[in-house]
Amino acid sequence: MLKYSPTTKRWLRNAFGAAALLVAASLVTAQSPAVPPVPQPPPAPPQPRFVVLLDAAHGGDDPGGKLSDQPEKAFSLALSVKLRSLLTARGIQVVTTRESDTNLDVNRRAEIANHANAQACLSLHATEAGSGVHLFTSSLPPAPASRIPAWKTAQAAWVTRSLALAGVLNSALQQAGIAVMLGRTALPEVDSMTCPAIAVEVAPDQTQGSDARTELDDPGYQARVAEALAAALLEWKTEARQP
Amino acid sequence: MIARYQTVLFIVLLAASVVMGGILWHLRDRAHQRLLNGEDSAPTQAPQVAPAEQATLLVASDADNSLRAQVQTLPLPQDAESRARVILGRLLDLYAAPDATHPVPGGASSVAQVFLLQAPSLAAGPGESKPADNSDGAKAPADGPLLAVVNLTPSFAANHPSGLETETLTVLSLCGTLHANLPRVTQVRFLVDGQPRATLAGHADLTRTYLATDAVPTEGSHP
Repeated sequence: MLKYSPTTKRWLRNAFGAAALLVAASLVTAQSPAVPPVPQPPPAPPQPRFVVLLDAAHGGDDPGGKLSDQPEKAFSLALSVKLRSLLTARGIQVVTTRESDTNLDVNRRAEIANHANAQACLSLHATEAGSGVHLFTSSLPPAPASRIPAWKTAQAAWVTRSLALAGVLNSALQQAGIAVMLGRTALPEVDSMTCPAIAVEVAPDQTQGSDARTELDDPGYQARVAEALAAALLEWKTEARQP
Repeated sequence: MIARYQTVLFIVLLAASVVMGGILWHLRDRAHQRLLNGEDSAPTQAPQVAPAEQATLLVASDADNSLRAQVQTLPLPQDAESRARVILGRLLDLYAAPDATHPVPGGASSVAQVFLLQAPSLAAGPGESKPADNSDGAKAPADGPLLAVVNLTPSFAANHPSGLETETLTVLSLCGTLHANLPRVTQVRFLVDGQPRATLAGHADLTRTYLATDAVPTEGSHP
């Protein structure tokens, strides 16, 4: 008969105990009914970044058009700042081409827009001619997207989306009671942008059939235009998120 | 009592005055006659009056951002380039009028020249033209599409109102008017004082080739 020391006995007892536990656990697992795996919700797809680019036209040595009380560059910058505040308050990320009265080349404006990978690009202008808000899309004919688009005609692949964005802006401005003119133009910075791009030109508001005319320097009119544009961009964001 | 020598002196001076007056009158007549004779013998030719013809102008309106066709009767030369210049001049005269629907100062003298060349192919992509192999500034053949190069004066560009709508309307109405009267003109480029210029007055791109057909809308429609 074998004789074990107390230490060996204790070790053997522990080993047998552990083995018995393992066998018992495996038996229980094998006899129990199959538990259906709990369906895990698929990981939510990352929400695409929604960025709006605001390009305040002119600046620095280029004053733009002459308005009644200020140069066009000052009006476009003020509108850009106002619109940026409204959009940021609505949770929309905004990139601006300029924040002060600085010189900015048209190519640099398009570069900033294209690096921002924006879902909407607005080039902001003002004029004393005409009335209401003029929305211009590029006059380039629509073309299929290419991997390396030509710089001066890069917007051609985005013209269809730009026209859709113009439609959204048009609806929002008209709902705000502002007259809208839609047109096509050849604007160098817009023609080089790879995003849905619109040139927004604000003119004094003239109610049709009456002599009442709201000038560009009216803060209420400026606020109305900015609010309408912000509402349109929020709508555009919602449309962009829909599959 | 008047002295005798004073009487004689008075008579002599009076006679001299009368004679000098007569001589001056005669010289004046001769000078006048010489002027008239000079005009008659000037080697000038009476200007030929070109026959009046109808031209279609696409007139811009700032109020509704539209181009409207307007037929006008005006004397037009036979040469196509001169004809184009006269028609564009009439269009800019309308814009310079006090009651213009699209006010732009300058008038007919704002178009320095119009050149008509063989149109290059547009294979390089939208908005950019690629010269054809044999289009090194040569005149166009008898048929085939034409490129019109409109040379504007510096004062026209300097005084043009700045704005997207107004500049676009000016460019499109010039292009459309050229195509409406010279249907072979399919492309238009602009120079200012013979040099390329980035924009007309800060907005409309003047470096690109415009397709004339894009600027011909239906009547009263938006460009």
